[in-house]
Amino acid sequence: MLLRTRVEIPSSEITPKETVRAFQMSRRQMLAGMGAMGAAAATAAFPERARAATKLNTVSSPYNVTDRAVTPQAKAQSYNNFYEFGTDKGDPAKNAHVMQTRPWTVKVEGLCKKPQTIDIDKIMGYRPIEQRVYRFRCVEAWSMVIPWDGYSLGEFLKAMEPLPSAKYVQFLSLADRKQMPEIGSSGINPPYSEGLRMDEAMNPLTLLTFGSYGETLANQQGAPIRVIVPWKYGFKSAKSIVTVRFLDKAPHTTWNDLNSDEYGFYSNVNPAVDHPRWSQGHERLLNANTIFPKVVPTQPFNGYGNEVAGMYAGMDLRKNF
Amino acid sequence: MPGRAIPYVKTLVHVLCLLPFAYLLQSYRSGALANYADPVNYMTHFTGDWALWMLLADLAITPVRRLHASLSWMVRLRRMVGLYAFFYATLHLGTYVFLFSGYDVPAAMAGVQAGHIAELWRQFKLVWPTMLADATKRPFVQIGLVAWVLLLVLAATSPQRVLRMMGGARWQALHRLIYAAGVAAVIHYWWLVKTGVRTPWKVTAVLAVLLLARVVLAAIKQAKRRPPARSEVATTV
Repeated sequence: MLLRTRVEIPSSEITPKETVRAFQMSRRQMLAGMGAMGAAAATAAFPERARAATKLNTVSSPYNVTDRAVTPQAKAQSYNNFYEFGTDKGDPAKNAHVMQTRPWTVKVEGLCKKPQTIDIDKIMGYRPIEQRVYRFRCVEAWSMVIPWDGYSLGEFLKAMEPLPSAKYVQFLSLADRKQMPEIGSSGINPPYSEGLRMDEAMNPLTLLTFGSYGETLANQQGAPIRVIVPWKYGFKSAKSIVTVRFLDKAPHTTWNDLNSDEYGFYSNVNPAVDHPRWSQGHERLLNANTIFPKVVPTQPFNGYGNEVAGMYAGMDLRKNF
Repeated sequence: MPGRAIPYVKTLVHVLCLLPFAYLLQSYRSGALANYADPVNYMTHFTGDWALWMLLADLAITPVRRLHASLSWMVRLRRMVGLYAFFYATLHLGTYVFLFSGYDVPAAMAGVQAGHIAELWRQFKLVWPTMLADATKRPFVQIGLVAWVLLLVLAATSPQRVLRMMGGARWQALHRLIYAAGVAAVIHYWWLVKTGVRTPWKVTAVLAVLLLARVVLAAIKQAKRRPPARSEVATTV
């Protein structure tokens, strides 16, 4: 008979041993790296011990949304579009735990001087991890406010020394039938492919992301490494990335392949261009535990116009949606 | 089944049909609903699913009771289950109008509590343009609305009194619109899901079987009424 004498810890709170070990390794590497950087290390706050296994050392960032409350972590981690683990937004939280995020490497290839395969822990330790509170706007007309942890993708890309001929960057997500039970079942031709124009990828807002809420990403959020492109609809922000490729032409992108009338290559958040089946003029703000969420007007470029609008000067954004 | 058991069966079916609603209410009161990632989306799907399932259950009654003479009492549940389909469809529409559209329920309630009943209407006018745009531009909203209006017509003409007023044949002809409502509801579902999502295929299959069953039943009935031509020939020879 099982006697329950202690306070039960939900299984979702228990970090797999492998993750703990892998992270301890990465943290050691990171701390070593920070020691060398001196000043950066001095500003880094040490994390609390509770759930220390998945905590990240983060530094502050100038990019923070302050006019909206942050979405409760439980909401952000139970409502995910990750079709490789099922098409219902609740499916990934139930199914993604089987994905192994260590060991994990990212292959960098294509038009750059330093093509290579790099270990995730090395990538994480390359720059101090900033926490940035971004608006996150799904193409389905709901939005969250999420603190993401990472550093500008541009920093990483520059280290790969892209050639002048590289005009686009493609991201490929993990496609492993053994770990992803629903892969391919939705009509998506694996692997999930996304892409950005070089200037978009180099924009300081584009975040190479390893965590959220000060912890490593939950698998359903695209652990262990993803991008976050806050002025675009969520599906542009590729998850669980295994390949980064520099190209001279625009790569094919998964949702554009599936339905090019509904999902364009750019997919910048734009209240003036409706999805063919629903309005993009408003969004349901999922940042409070209430059945009466605020429905707020959607902002052009998701409110990041000052930082990104210049990149699209002279472009017809209705045509290039 | 003996006639005096029918009231008990009806009570049981009432309870069963109200269980999903009770569950939703309980989720709201316990706070669980608010903690869901997207409560409005959850409620929309929950009420929409149950409206469709009730509609399918309703459409299943006739073919099932035809399986055997001892099941003929089931026809007495048909109107009731149909009305529950309308009940959940109305909750579904209500979720869209008062929660999905951006209608500010807390503001409206605060207004009412302060004695300004007009606040209910003022809030409605704020979201009306969005809803009108949806109703005029979005095919999946339009077809869903068609399904609800059909169910409304059937619910409004469901009382015995109306049946007598209309006459059995006309009433029955009108109530065949339930098939159109079923088809419209399933199309509504297909048109709203994203490319690649195949969730609606199950209800589509069930609806197809139920509609096909009617074609088969009608064919059997026809065959029974009119003996096959071959035997006619045989008797004349």
